[in-house]
Amino acid sequence: MQHVSPIREPLVTGGKTYHDITEDVCRQVEAKPNMRWAAALAVALVGFAIFCYSVYRTLWFGIGEWGLNKTVGWAWDITNFVWWVGIGHAGTLISAILLLFRQKWRTSINRAAEAMTIFAVICAAMFPVLHMGRPWLAYWVLPLPNTFGSLWVNFNSPLLWDVFAISTYFSVSLVFWYIGLIPDFATIRDRATGPIARRAYAILSFGWTGSAKAWSRYETVSLILAGLATPLVLSVHTIVSMDFATSVIPGWHTTIFPPYFVAGAIFSGFAMVLTLMIITRKVFKLEDYITLEHIESMNKVIILTGSIVGVAYITEFFIAWYSQVEYEQYAFINRATGPYWWAYWSMMTCNVITPQLFWVRAIRRSLVATFIITIFVNIGMWFERFVIIVTSLHRDYLPSSWAMFSPTSIDIGVYVGTIGLFFTLFLLFAKYFPVVNMAEVKAILKSSSERKQPHHHEPHAKAMHGSAKHTITNISHSNE
Amino acid sequence: MDLQSIRLLTYHIAMNKKFVLGIYDDEDVLLQAIENVRAAGTKIYDVFSPYPVHGIDDVLGIKRSRLPIAAFFLGLTGMAFALWMQIWMLGFDWPMIIGGKPHISLPAFIPVTFELTVLFAAHGMVITFLIVQKLKPSTRVPVFDKRSTDDKFVMAIEVKDGVTDLSALNNLLRTNGAIEVNQKEVLK
Repeated sequence: MQHVSPIREPLVTGGKTYHDITEDVCRQVEAKPNMRWAAALAVALVGFAIFCYSVYRTLWFGIGEWGLNKTVGWAWDITNFVWWVGIGHAGTLISAILLLFRQKWRTSINRAAEAMTIFAVICAAMFPVLHMGRPWLAYWVLPLPNTFGSLWVNFNSPLLWDVFAISTYFSVSLVFWYIGLIPDFATIRDRATGPIARRAYAILSFGWTGSAKAWSRYETVSLILAGLATPLVLSVHTIVSMDFATSVIPGWHTTIFPPYFVAGAIFSGFAMVLTLMIITRKVFKLEDYITLEHIESMNKVIILTGSIVGVAYITEFFIAWYSQVEYEQYAFINRATGPYWWAYWSMMTCNVITPQLFWVRAIRRSLVATFIITIFVNIGMWFERFVIIVTSLHRDYLPSSWAMFSPTSIDIGVYVGTIGLFFTLFLLFAKYFPVVNMAEVKAILKSSSERKQPHHHEPHAKAMHGSAKHTITNISHSNE
Repeated sequence: MDLQSIRLLTYHIAMNKKFVLGIYDDEDVLLQAIENVRAAGTKIYDVFSPYPVHGIDDVLGIKRSRLPIAAFFLGLTGMAFALWMQIWMLGFDWPMIIGGKPHISLPAFIPVTFELTVLFAAHGMVITFLIVQKLKPSTRVPVFDKRSTDDKFVMAIEVKDGVTDLSALNNLLRTNGAIEVNQKEVLK
């Protein structure tokens, strides 16, 4: 048994027992969908319909439907791609890095955060695939033997590294998430009453019994997967940043990009986790599991990563001046004072100033303030990518080819549509899957709960006392 | 008589295993009970719990899993495969000058090598885990006591007909804090 200082705030409030945890988490899985959930799903499905229509237009008429031009050949698509991938990173951070650091507060939020990772990466993957123009040829990015005279893919290109990084990241995150789900599916299976639910969750639970050896191996697998996912998540956003950093565009060609992008990814990801958690805990009445302690801890991560991002913005500016490269200097002056000044200052306000409000404890612990600030951070991080991408491209070395970018309705439709897709997937997950990792919360209950654990001499003594009267009862059969 | 019952009957004659199940509701009582039961010379078939109980490996004598070793070698395989693939494809099968760099430019091969190392190690280890633990999709409910995935800890002890003294076993489990002692026949 682990020891926890009595000074620490409890991670699970409300005096819960093991059975209460099962009840509280399984309730929404077993109940009929409620109206609030159905209404939310309806809105998300409207977004998903917009996505389908915009994708249809993009595929049928080609990427000319987007607002790209010869100068700005990359705009909302790559902005949205980086934004979604970044959001996904918080899930891995919570499930893997906090596991390695033995942070117990991760247990009640890791399931939903990992789900968010998976859905965010699905949304992210839409953009490079759609930008291909002919997504049915997407397999051309793989090093497959082919009929073009075995011409292979270019392993020197960061875009190809992206293919390997994103697909590894997605599949490993999915497996990590699923391994964690297996014991909880077993819990739902053993409670299920309907024949369809029982069968479905039995299949999903892979025949899990919870034997001591299985748990021992499960913990080993979780630890090693966490150890693998930690450098993986750092490598993914490093490689995403290399899409820009290895080019010779002023404003992109900087060595600060990998750490700066990783910090930004965690920053935006935690903001999205908080946005989702504040809603989820309310809708599914999980206030005893996702407590103000959890919200405050995540807000502290936001202060840290937000400050790193702020320092990176200032460093970039300083280095542009210090380097004495006039193109680099112009790129940064143009960002702050050029035609896209509003995007730059939106980014600075949302990412550098608003998170600093979390130094105040009352704001850090206020749900309303946290919700509003996290929305600001999400907007700010979208603008960050937009600023990096569009302001660097729109005024390049040749003033005769300078141009502006304005999105078409299809650009907006694909972006808004992925938000619809994301929420559709997240709502389905929240209804049919255990949204809190029951097994892991039970494991920390005894050391981190508000409830005073009863003294165990009592049942012990009673059992001794009554032993003579009881005999073995309940002979049951099963066909294992 | 439906298929299920026929199967049940056939197996019943063929081979059925009997178990005594001690049900516990606290992890510390359980750990103490495992130690005492084993000290009394009783062999524990298995222990089922709703979550990983820390320290149970030591009292049950479960050896450390060798899965990390498997993961290490699988990762090594992924790394070797990635390096071979890139060096052979760009260096030998179709050499091309890209960006004025050598055909085999190892620094540029690091990202893909790293990703494939992680890919092989992670998926290989998970597949190994599923195989050794015999986890696969199936519709049956395999647990001895359904409460063991909710809030109870179940200690299963195999009963050998004519050898095991049931009332002594019952006493042993109950004096060590079992809140219930049940018997279960499993038809294999």
